[in-house]
Amino acid sequence: MTAIFETPLYPYARSPDQDALDPVRHPVVVVGAGPVGLAAAIDLAQQGVPVVVLDDNDKVSFGSRAICFSKRTLDILDRLGCGDAAAGKGVQWDTGKVFFGDRRVFEFNLLPEEGHKRPAFLNLQQYHLETYLVDRVRALAAEGRPIEIRGRNHVSALGVYEDFVRLEVDTPEGPYNLDAQWLIACDGANSSIRRMTGQDFIGRAFEDSFLIADVAMEADFPSERWFWFDPPFNRGRSALLHKQPDGIFRIDLQLGRGIDPEEEVKPERVTARLRQMLGARTRFALDWVSIYTFQCRRMDRFVNGRVIFAGDAAHQVSPFGARGANSGFQDVDNLCWKLKLVLDGAAPPALIESYNWERVFAADENILNSTRSTEFITPKSETSRAFRDAVLHLAERRKFARRLVNSGRLSTPSVYEDGPLNGPDDDALPLRNAPGAPACDAPTGDGWLLDRLGGGFRLLAIGTEVPERLEEDGIEVVTLALRADADPRLAKRYLGGAAQAVYLIRPDQHVAARWTGYDEDAVRAALRVATGQGG
Amino acid sequence: MGKLKTDANIDDADGFMAELLALHDGRSKAESDAINARLILILANHIGDRAVLSEALRTAGMARDD
Repeated sequence: MTAIFETPLYPYARSPDQDALDPVRHPVVVVGAGPVGLAAAIDLAQQGVPVVVLDDNDKVSFGSRAICFSKRTLDILDRLGCGDAAAGKGVQWDTGKVFFGDRRVFEFNLLPEEGHKRPAFLNLQQYHLETYLVDRVRALAAEGRPIEIRGRNHVSALGVYEDFVRLEVDTPEGPYNLDAQWLIACDGANSSIRRMTGQDFIGRAFEDSFLIADVAMEADFPSERWFWFDPPFNRGRSALLHKQPDGIFRIDLQLGRGIDPEEEVKPERVTARLRQMLGARTRFALDWVSIYTFQCRRMDRFVNGRVIFAGDAAHQVSPFGARGANSGFQDVDNLCWKLKLVLDGAAPPALIESYNWERVFAADENILNSTRSTEFITPKSETSRAFRDAVLHLAERRKFARRLVNSGRLSTPSVYEDGPLNGPDDDALPLRNAPGAPACDAPTGDGWLLDRLGGGFRLLAIGTEVPERLEEDGIEVVTLALRADADPRLAKRYLGGAAQAVYLIRPDQHVAARWTGYDEDAVRAALRVATGQGG
Repeated sequence: MGKLKTDANIDDADGFMAELLALHDGRSKAESDAINARLILILANHIGDRAVLSEALRTAGMARDD
């Protein structure tokens, strides 16, 4: 363990708000300086929305926690100015191997396609990512962007009004009040904001306990995800191995039901278990150990008046599939541009309701996938185990059975099919970029497509002429015009068989609408729908 | 009415039953359960059609076949 967990990253400092006679009102207050809260703050500040982040702590989170960041998260981090820092440090991987007993059953490649800036997955300790995000907050503040983090500011009470939220905040120098037009609760699975608003958190708990250990060792495991069902070193249960930077490996060992967590977390006990797995000769040291049971659950609504929930505060999944932190990034990616437009008066508050629709939809998809994986990994009856083992038995030689193996369906971004902001589609164009889908990256002959889209509404015109910009009721759409022959991978992903295409793309890089020809009225109508002003 | 065939469709029905039972001769309960599980998966993949599979699952799960 290093000093990173002991050094205050955003130490308490007195704010002028604490000396104000009346509570100072801020457009947006974020509670929680974890990865999701920091991403929200950066996204808002980049768009010029003043934002204050409150955190009851002043350090990075303890232990490596979330480690698997998906391509979509990396794309979002690129837009937030942290992609290179994360990619430069993290371990890239796209191959997974599955073992059953002492045999390797099969392997899979998550991104068997070239022409993407970022890999399918990147392993990086959460504390490294939080450090990069805080660095970015500092850089934005230094540029004069309206962003600040207040460490050791603990929200102790909440008053929810029709058009603002009043917070009572405890600090080392006593309490103060401040007001927020919008409050974003990113305070994690045990969210105190959720508790204070009296909202339920309903779903399923799984009984099996898991040991999560980060181990420092010199070992020549490749940069791959290895998953074992019923391995010799953990009979009847499962194990997972992931490589992280700095010679750290993440090991998950299923422990079963009815175990004593305090006994199991003892270093000598953990070391004995890991010795079984790693062999007598491997030298290793424990970096971080935790015992978990898993839940798959969500709040009924993520938008409760002026209080909006994101990340683990709103929904929780088991870790198989890396759908926790990754979906949290997608939450704030979805939310922040909407808040900006509503705060500017350019879109009605109804636009925020679409956050609820789209991200509840995504949470349900993540919960469904994580629940199915957990059931496959931890069979709940003799018969479910017999079917699980039958799948694994067949998978080694029969291709069909490999698709039934579920060691985690790794996070891919949700497609908001039939979402409330979707406009017209043209089914002559490739399905993968249909309205509601996140725009797929591609080379453009001059940089990567997603980098060139950036934030803001964009009109992506391929192989056709459209105006350079367009404005509708204070919302600007900027054109990115590309030649149809700019790159064959771009053409394949965005044209298919069509000669030309026009895509309206949202600030979160999801496709809003698309056509095979330009029609200004149609684009304006789709823009109104995409900003909550349709129908 | 669905797409699941429920009229006689197996040639040599008695031969098939004998072969199915012979597969389990001398096996333990655990071995037989494993074989049955594999058999269901193999047959399900051969059928493939999700609607037919759902109908077969419902049919098999009925407490009384009526």
